[in-house]
Amino acid sequence: MAIAAFITKRLIQGVFTVWFIATATFFAMHNVPGDPLLNERAMTEAIRANVEAKYGLDKPLGTQYLIYLSNLTRGDFGISFTQENRQVNDIIREHFPVSAILGVLAVLFAAVGGILWGALTALYRNRIPDYLIMFFVILGISVPSFVIAALGQLVIVNMNSALGITLFPVAGWGTLGHMLVPSMVLGLGTMAYLTRLMRSSMLEIVSSDYVRTAKAKGLPPARIFAKHQLRNAILPVITVLGPAIAAITTGGFVVELVFAIPGLGRYFVQAVQQLDYTVIMGTTVFYGAFLVFMVIFVDVLYGLIDPRVRMS
Amino acid sequence: MAESDQISTDDSYASEAGRQLAFYAVFAILLLGIVIYGLSFVVKLTGGGASGKAVDFENNSITISVAYDPPQLDSMRATDASSFLVLAHVLEGLISNDEDNNLAPGVAERWEIREDGAIFWLRDDAMWSDGKSVTAHDFEFAWKRVVDPKTASEYAFLLFPVRNAEAITEGQMPVSSLGVTAVSDRELRVEFERPTPYFEKLVAFVTYFPAREDFVNSTDGRYASSADTMLYNGPYTVDEWVLGASMRWSKNPYYWNDNKGFLDEINVAYITTDVNAKLNLFKDGQITDTALSASMLPEAMERRWQIDRLMDGTVFFMEFNHRDGRLTNNRNFRRALQLAQDPAELVYKVLKEAAYVPADSLFPSWVRGAEDFLHNEYPPHRSETDIALAREHLELARDELGLTEFPPIVILTGDSSMGLLTAEYYQELYKRNLGLEIRIDAQIFKQRLAKMTSGDFDIVMAGWGPDYDDALTFGDLFSSWNLNNRGRYSSSEMDAQVRIAQAELDPVKRAAAFGEIQRLVHDDVVIIPMYERGVAFVVDPQLVGFRRRSVGPEVDYNYVQLTPLRKP
Repeated sequence: MAIAAFITKRLIQGVFTVWFIATATFFAMHNVPGDPLLNERAMTEAIRANVEAKYGLDKPLGTQYLIYLSNLTRGDFGISFTQENRQVNDIIREHFPVSAILGVLAVLFAAVGGILWGALTALYRNRIPDYLIMFFVILGISVPSFVIAALGQLVIVNMNSALGITLFPVAGWGTLGHMLVPSMVLGLGTMAYLTRLMRSSMLEIVSSDYVRTAKAKGLPPARIFAKHQLRNAILPVITVLGPAIAAITTGGFVVELVFAIPGLGRYFVQAVQQLDYTVIMGTTVFYGAFLVFMVIFVDVLYGLIDPRVRMS
Repeated sequence: MAESDQISTDDSYASEAGRQLAFYAVFAILLLGIVIYGLSFVVKLTGGGASGKAVDFENNSITISVAYDPPQLDSMRATDASSFLVLAHVLEGLISNDEDNNLAPGVAERWEIREDGAIFWLRDDAMWSDGKSVTAHDFEFAWKRVVDPKTASEYAFLLFPVRNAEAITEGQMPVSSLGVTAVSDRELRVEFERPTPYFEKLVAFVTYFPAREDFVNSTDGRYASSADTMLYNGPYTVDEWVLGASMRWSKNPYYWNDNKGFLDEINVAYITTDVNAKLNLFKDGQITDTALSASMLPEAMERRWQIDRLMDGTVFFMEFNHRDGRLTNNRNFRRALQLAQDPAELVYKVLKEAAYVPADSLFPSWVRGAEDFLHNEYPPHRSETDIALAREHLELARDELGLTEFPPIVILTGDSSMGLLTAEYYQELYKRNLGLEIRIDAQIFKQRLAKMTSGDFDIVMAGWGPDYDDALTFGDLFSSWNLNNRGRYSSSEMDAQVRIAQAELDPVKRAAAFGEIQRLVHDDVVIIPMYERGVAFVVDPQLVGFRRRSVGPEVDYNYVQLTPLRKP
């Protein structure tokens, strides 16, 4: 029961957060310098007025906001400014799955890799495997994703031309081969971060009272490691995993660009550059809601893994 | 700390726990494998058209890449290069362009341009992709839809030579009053607002392409937003369009012209603006052609690729703000800036892009005059740097303006690296040569346009590309009524010449007017031309008939045929 009440409370908070995001974005966007309807070719006053009327930009800002909110509650984000025949809903529906698949895979790589490498470095602290892995971790955290993406692609090209066959596709989307390398590239930074987090968390726990007690009681090391050390060390990792999922799924713009992947990230970034109001609003609110949901999801997951959280 | 050291250095603990970890690792990798396997089924549903081969002889098809997904394919409202590219392959206007960029019959078999109008006689074997014939009514409908205020077409201005078009867009006259009539299925009559000798070149442009009324009405306001809400009358049809992901064009079986559209299929499999990604795709044999930036040229030469280049049509210049009260309204001041620079230095020493050439004129080198290239008929004034003379003009300007010291000049530019580099070059140049203080105002595209339109600049780094293949697309830019004249240059002499260029039927006199406009732009220092943008590119040698164009679609696959390479 308590968990149901907890979820309900968090969901209500979440809705309020999303409303706040929508409102802030709406007014911030309208205050960004630049005119969304201006294009390379100048329009006559009459043509411009026709276009303004079409998008409802001829109404006062307050009215536009109210219309926007009422459309939002019906789940309608409107028509894109730059892609006139396309509903923002359609754009999200068609392209988010691509970003999501890429993101899910990247997060899986990151989480599995981060936890395993982190545990390994903690076990072999201050020995060769630790030094070696931590060296790559520092690289992974500090090298930006566009460099890694470009390098990754270059490696594929050179590998393909050396082998004489297309082992991995250079870019594009549609098959298993297309998603492996981009998702690894996308997950790499998070994997490095999680490795470091896992390592420090493991080391903290290994010196805790309960592990010492377990050792003193003569429990087998494998059991101490699995039941006490690993399980407790994972908790902080799970905590950051929620925002990480959202960050990876929304932050794939560079990877999507380099690997020509038809994800939502491209629309997110281009819309801001082109002041495509409806797409900016649609993607921001969607991603905002997604992030909020992920955080709630992780909180619930946390409760399942750690009984102490459930109790309180 | 000491305790943890004790435990973690405990070898037996580490090795036993390590074994447990290895067990988990195997388990996790297995799980990962299962998830990936599952996702590989889902991923197929989300689109993508990568075929794995740039040239496929078996299916007589090619795979290409484009920078952007077309926002929509409604020819009556399209305004962007990616839409023009697709439309040039799937629709055809009354008049078309042949392989060598000359006008060629399209849907119209023959035509006649008179002083007060034009008549087009349509061929009877031009068909829509549903097998019905393309008629004069389809053009009448499309043109009326363009100027209809409800359509809100941004390119409606291209139809202004047609009688009443401008008044209709302003809502002052009914749409039915547009000066175009389908006399019969095969004959289209056009009445002009004013004499329009270049009308045949306009008609070749996308905005003048046909659309069939019954079909457009049946799409419920979503015409050309997907592959099946559109009809085609060009060499290819769009068979499949996964928005934002891929497109497949197939040969249009109903297309009349046997000298166009030789391929069975064109796969647009990759959509990316990343030039490096495109180069990698080309190297891997996934796409047929790609543009090369300066940094890629050494590698391209090492690989012995055949590199071509072509002007992409656009000319870039420094446009002055001629509004009253601006420093740049002073002719001597502008002359000083003109004399103190050299476009060749900018292009060869600063920008260093292989396919760029220094510009001396508003008209790019490929623009045609009466018989020959306009530059051959009316050679532009080559710029010569003369710092001493520039300083004299600067002193004259100082006296005329009654200034003791010049205030800082604002150069408005885009936020691209090229825009910034150019602005910084001039900042340094004018500081060194004329002692002028320059402030750079770098803005995102829409904001730069907003500032250009409101006149919030002294000098703006601007560019202009052609809409149609006639000198007038550049020539009327600085007429006082042109809304794209964002520096608000205004002179009666210029306006008079533009009017001649618009209406003169004699090609020689018309070319002379362009010559005059070119001279005025230089003498009055309306702008300072900087460079013509070009593109270096490489094409798979198995393609014959590939074209890049300065006007219209930037790449043209309409004439492409596949030929196997001869073995050496």
